[in-house]
Amino acid sequence: MTDALIIADRQFSSRLILGSGKYPSLELMAKSLEASGTEMVTVAVRRVNLTDRSKESLLDYVDTKRYHILPNTAGCYSAEEAIRTAMLAREVLDNNWIKLEVIGDENTLFPDNQGLLEATAALVKEGFVVLPYLNDDLIVARRLIDAGASAVMPLAAPIGSGLGIQNFTNLRILREKISEVPLIVDAGVGTASDATLAMELGVDGILMNTGIAGARDPIAMAEAMNHAVKAGRLAFKAGRIQRKLYASASSPVEGLVS
Amino acid sequence: MIIIVNGSETHVVDGTGISDLIESLKLNPERLAVELNKRIIRRANWDSTSFSEGDRVEIVQFVGGGAGSQ
Repeated sequence: MTDALIIADRQFSSRLILGSGKYPSLELMAKSLEASGTEMVTVAVRRVNLTDRSKESLLDYVDTKRYHILPNTAGCYSAEEAIRTAMLAREVLDNNWIKLEVIGDENTLFPDNQGLLEATAALVKEGFVVLPYLNDDLIVARRLIDAGASAVMPLAAPIGSGLGIQNFTNLRILREKISEVPLIVDAGVGTASDATLAMELGVDGILMNTGIAGARDPIAMAEAMNHAVKAGRLAFKAGRIQRKLYASASSPVEGLVS
Repeated sequence: MIIIVNGSETHVVDGTGISDLIESLKLNPERLAVELNKRIIRRANWDSTSFSEGDRVEIVQFVGGGAGSQ
């Protein structure tokens, strides 16, 4: 596999990771996953609804042989809750990967750094492959890596905001300073150009959900994101030209008809 | 006796175990995780674990989600 995204012991040919929430229907979600080309899908862990059994099961629509499942600890506000959720998640499909979220504020959904570090250390010790969602903070990223995180996943804008990349400088710094584990943008992407811009910065991958699920046509947006991530990656690897203030002709002067 | 399943009081006959409960709720056992009084009970032990009065049971599954909670 050329130019694969490698996280822990797994290789992915797609650099796009998708969430499975907020879709108008599970059928639409399944088609969007397919159109996006993703190979990894994040899911939430929740109580089985025992009174309303009419709801279909997510896993009926996600082929676990095709997509690597990345359970998350979304909605957890303490290290303790996140650890408990991760332990439950591991049992469902006997899968030790976890997208770790420890949220510190309801309004911004910004992470609680202290809780995140504590939960990362505890879960790594328990044998988990931990992919933490963090703010765009180099120092926290380094501490998470020291604690054994298998990737770091900074936000580009608040979760679900669709604001696009609001922190180019910090993401560029993270890109320059972090080489031990993959750097994945988690949250903020609103449209295809946002994904391309993030990939052009050299991040290793992007995780998104609302940008696709909330689009008027999620399947078409999933396809757009598929191309956008690939385009950004190729452009990053190709190396862009220097920006210049003045024009620079690309046709020869020699041989001009006069 | 009464046990608490996912936050709701539930009547079960004495001797009911985790496997019995899952079967009676018609759940697909391959896609669940079960906690009994905040301790995870691994699938292999579902048959051999039975409830006591007032036990708190959590049965969870995967649902759609990306980040945060709605």
